[in-house]
Amino acid sequence: MGQTLSEKILSDKCDGPVKADDFIIARTDVSLAQDGTGPLAVRQFESVGFTSVANPEETLFFLDHAAPSPRRELSNDHIRLRDFAEKYGCRLVDIGEGICHQVAVEDHVKPGDLEVGADSHSCMGGALGAFATGMGSTDVAVAMGLGRTWLRVPRTFKIEVTGEIPRGVQSKDLILCLIGMLGADGATYRALEFHGPVVETMPVSDRLTMANMSVEAGAKTGIFASDEFTRQYLAAHDRERDFKEIRPDPDAEYERVIHINASELVPTVSFPHTVDNTRPIDQVGDIPIQQVFIGSCTNGRLEDLRLAAKMVSGRKRARRTRVIVTPASQRVLRNALDDGTIKALVDFGATVTTPGCGACVGVHGGVLGDGEACLATTNRNFKGRMGNPEAFIYLASPATAAATAITGKITDPRELV
Amino acid sequence: MKGKAWKFGDNISTDLICPGRLFHLRSNLPELAKHVLEDADPDFASKMNRGDFVVGGRNFGLGSSREHAPTIIRLAGASAVVASSFARIFFRNCINVGLPAIELDTSGIEQGDELEADPEAGVLKNLTKGTRMNFAPLPSVMRKILDDGGLAEHIKKRGDFELAD
Repeated sequence: MGQTLSEKILSDKCDGPVKADDFIIARTDVSLAQDGTGPLAVRQFESVGFTSVANPEETLFFLDHAAPSPRRELSNDHIRLRDFAEKYGCRLVDIGEGICHQVAVEDHVKPGDLEVGADSHSCMGGALGAFATGMGSTDVAVAMGLGRTWLRVPRTFKIEVTGEIPRGVQSKDLILCLIGMLGADGATYRALEFHGPVVETMPVSDRLTMANMSVEAGAKTGIFASDEFTRQYLAAHDRERDFKEIRPDPDAEYERVIHINASELVPTVSFPHTVDNTRPIDQVGDIPIQQVFIGSCTNGRLEDLRLAAKMVSGRKRARRTRVIVTPASQRVLRNALDDGTIKALVDFGATVTTPGCGACVGVHGGVLGDGEACLATTNRNFKGRMGNPEAFIYLASPATAAATAITGKITDPRELV
Repeated sequence: MKGKAWKFGDNISTDLICPGRLFHLRSNLPELAKHVLEDADPDFASKMNRGDFVVGGRNFGLGSSREHAPTIIRLAGASAVVASSFARIFFRNCINVGLPAIELDTSGIEQGDELEADPEAGVLKNLTKGTRMNFAPLPSVMRKILDDGGLAEHIKKRGDFELAD
């Protein structure tokens, strides 16, 4: 019997053919932690008694959740991570350099890798054809020390996307729609493997959004075969040498096959307070929005910012709707400065903040007031997520976010694009 | 282990257990533990007693990988988390921090029921209702981690993971 992408990659990491449900010890290629999970990871690393890091060049620490630090306690956590990275020769990605998952795919993750991250959205690396998954601090600390982790090889749901994505609809709408179908725990312990003509012609930027949000259906990873788009993405980041073709066997065994006709997709919004609480845009109703947030590892890439800038160009934001834009990385910020995207967004009335995670995770830089509603391009709308349990978060695509920023209420972007 | 059930609903996220707005307390776990589950039940930490059980519905612990969430449930004194189902990362983190996670249908457990768990035997008794439920044993690799008191202790003691029985 042939192998799924996950089985293929994990077989390579433990030198033996593995199949779904096997328990394995696998070699890790990339491990990462950020400033929320890293301090605990380094304390656990030291409590185990490790004296070295297995693979320092691919062991990454990110100062991204509190960047720049808004509080003394967090500045002290940053000191701890800076010191650890220096001592063990790991890469320290400093404030403003970017969100962990974004920098990981720009600079580190390769097709065929096993990536473990102390951050649940580490599954984003699957867009490049890696097996990438989120774990807790201690698991990642042990992976950093041993260069290995244990895994149960997941069963796979094959997601076959046919048709054509209509104008004004984005890969974010596709993944929100899928999460709505599956439910927040519909893919628990499973890998989502994305296929079909729509996926095969989709740029990596859009794949990253889908891989990123796979965990919102409970999945262990969301994974794509690597192809010419993957090669081009790596080449654009000066690492074409990292390309390798990886695809599942034609006779791979899937637990479920789910067909989606992209032609039928419409802009989709997740209502508070769970990601699977999705509604098509025509069933949203009249919902005033006080804050629009365009950013995060999910949708803070150049393509996302460019699209938003194009839609709002020459307009002014709704008077009672503030707009926060956070590029996912310094590279994204630099490119968005060079091509005029940032200027267009600022002229529209947006506030542009340091690349990082602060607003999405409720640490700083976009905390909501009591009773306020935010439309965000992020991945989670749980109660309290953006720093206030009395606030309401709606998730949508960058196009829907831009349309909403113009009108001040949740708006169908197809009316504007 | 024996204690009272504190019943929570479906989809209790790690944001409800350990909110992002308390991010600055993550290196001060005893202080963070005073806020455990605060956004699901504001007085929970002050009402519960050591040995009590946190009981959830479906998909308990979804969301962020923050291991601080099960850690502060343990530090607050809970014997175990019992839920109809768990989110993957949270379940793994529970075992890694030495907090038993028991998966069984919790629909018959009500707020305040007296529970008694025997993880060795895989049995949870509801003393209030006079019922008894079985739960599946952990996979061997996880059982050893839990028996050793968590992943850091496990690796310190054995030097590596152990898959076989």
